[in-house]
Amino acid sequence: MNAARELQPVQTEEQQPRKSRFAFLEGWLYLLPSIILFSVFVFYPMFRTIYLSFFLADQIGPFEFAGLENYHYILRSDSFQSSIKATVLFVLFTVPATIILALFLALLTSEKIMGIGIFRTFFSSTMGMSVAASSVIWMFMYNPSIGVFSKIAEWLGLPVIQWLQNPDYALLAVSLSTIWMSTGFAYLILLGGLQNIDPHLYENARVAGVSYFYQLRRITLPMLSPTLFFIITVSFINAFQTFGQIDILTKGGPVESTNVIVYSIYKDAFINNDVGSASAQAVILFFCVLVLTVLQFKLGEKKVHYR
Amino acid sequence: MTSTKRISLYAVLIICTAIMMFPIFYAVSISFMDGKEVLDGQLLPSGFSLTNYVEVFEKVPLLTYLINSFATSAIVMIGQLLVSSLAAFAFVFMKFKGRDFVFFLFISTMMIPWEATMVPNFMTIQSLGWTNNYVGLTIPFFALAFGTFLLRQHFKTIPKELYEASQVAGISRFRFFWTVILPISRSSLVTLGIYSFLTNWNMYLWPLLVTNTESARTVQIGLKQLQTQEIASDWGVVMAGVVIVILPTLILLFAGQKKLQKGLTQGALK
Repeated sequence: MNAARELQPVQTEEQQPRKSRFAFLEGWLYLLPSIILFSVFVFYPMFRTIYLSFFLADQIGPFEFAGLENYHYILRSDSFQSSIKATVLFVLFTVPATIILALFLALLTSEKIMGIGIFRTFFSSTMGMSVAASSVIWMFMYNPSIGVFSKIAEWLGLPVIQWLQNPDYALLAVSLSTIWMSTGFAYLILLGGLQNIDPHLYENARVAGVSYFYQLRRITLPMLSPTLFFIITVSFINAFQTFGQIDILTKGGPVESTNVIVYSIYKDAFINNDVGSASAQAVILFFCVLVLTVLQFKLGEKKVHYR
Repeated sequence: MTSTKRISLYAVLIICTAIMMFPIFYAVSISFMDGKEVLDGQLLPSGFSLTNYVEVFEKVPLLTYLINSFATSAIVMIGQLLVSSLAAFAFVFMKFKGRDFVFFLFISTMMIPWEATMVPNFMTIQSLGWTNNYVGLTIPFFALAFGTFLLRQHFKTIPKELYEASQVAGISRFRFFWTVILPISRSSLVTLGIYSFLTNWNMYLWPLLVTNTESARTVQIGLKQLQTQEIASDWGVVMAGVVIVILPTLILLFAGQKKLQKGLTQGALK
């Protein structure tokens, strides 16, 4: 702020027009690094992916124009259908549960009581956990002979389940670990949203003597709705992009029950060397995310200001 | 709040903590156990032997991986801070033709999932000869729309008079950016820096694609390697690796949790 005072006195009007001519170029100069990087690593590869999806291609490049053949092929293939099913189920298993758990924890810790800081730190801690580290821990917990889930099952006299090897449970097991991993981030965002609510609203409610749940329904949730809306969209998008936990825990198996779309793209492109098919799937993924993002902008327009 | 309410709130908080923190606690506990204790399915180690921690550095070149992860995360952090703050500065303090269009381009990058473009990106990196080195691991992530929006939000709170005064005094825009704007935006830069370090330390898919030598790998890929080769024999060693890998980011998160929470909510919503 001192700088402002030092800079005040000099007033030269003549300099302005010359400067504004350069302003055009200068503005672009500041944006140039971002524009170049986005062009090379976001826009070009997106167009390239769309282009490749119309070709038979391997990792070297396209070799034969195929029209919509790749799309026909994947839409008819059992593998892609199971991949879509796994993705949709995965999203449904993880997103609502993550949001509800995170919201519950955020509501609990929005009370100002002694030592609340430490609980906030604990609940946000999974945000610092990498997917790889978390997956390795959960893999051990799911271990049918020595993992904690088997120990609990044994202790309760329940049958021991091969969580990651059984096609009926594998997706559920991966989802459970994912809920745990994503809660930290969702929690942090929601807690931030809760703390932005004007405390006067609650004071008035207290004077009026309304119940906690009435307050929750009439003040907290409506005021939190932009944040809630944001984190729901982000969680949906993140869930569609899941890869690491699948690669470590199940490798898409057993019998493709956890072969979510990004894993399927990865497998086709880098293991089966079928880049055409992988690109077609990537285009489908792109449209799913596009629809979700546009939905967020449209529905959240009033609350989410980017301008 | 009545004291019964308070006590029950603490009880619920403690139960939630026990459930949420269990996997981390479990990993730490296993990392101190010997093979027999692990197989017995014990919950707590009998002692705090560091054998597993010593062994994990012998089984995989973990030190190299740690250095690689630190270096690439730090490079991406600095790169993102520079590139994002330059762009945010232009959006807030400069008016020029095409600015709104570029702003729209920035927004549109958020609609393109990174995974949908990974195949051509991999091909680009490969044809540039950037596989297995820091360049390929870092450069593609320097530009970040989210980071630009977050900083733009903060720059908008800086009084316009400050900028006008600097213009009048004939100070170059870049000097104004470098010596005035960046120092007063320190807290936002720190928030973005923490976020970017966390994200890049934890990155998995991209390093998996562009590194295949031990000298270039990052810790996350090291964990996968450790888990694949040690799984049958020694979980204690694997968990020691896990603990070493999560420690830096957990410390960073604990230190920066408040800042992050504030910054992320702002960047996301305002």
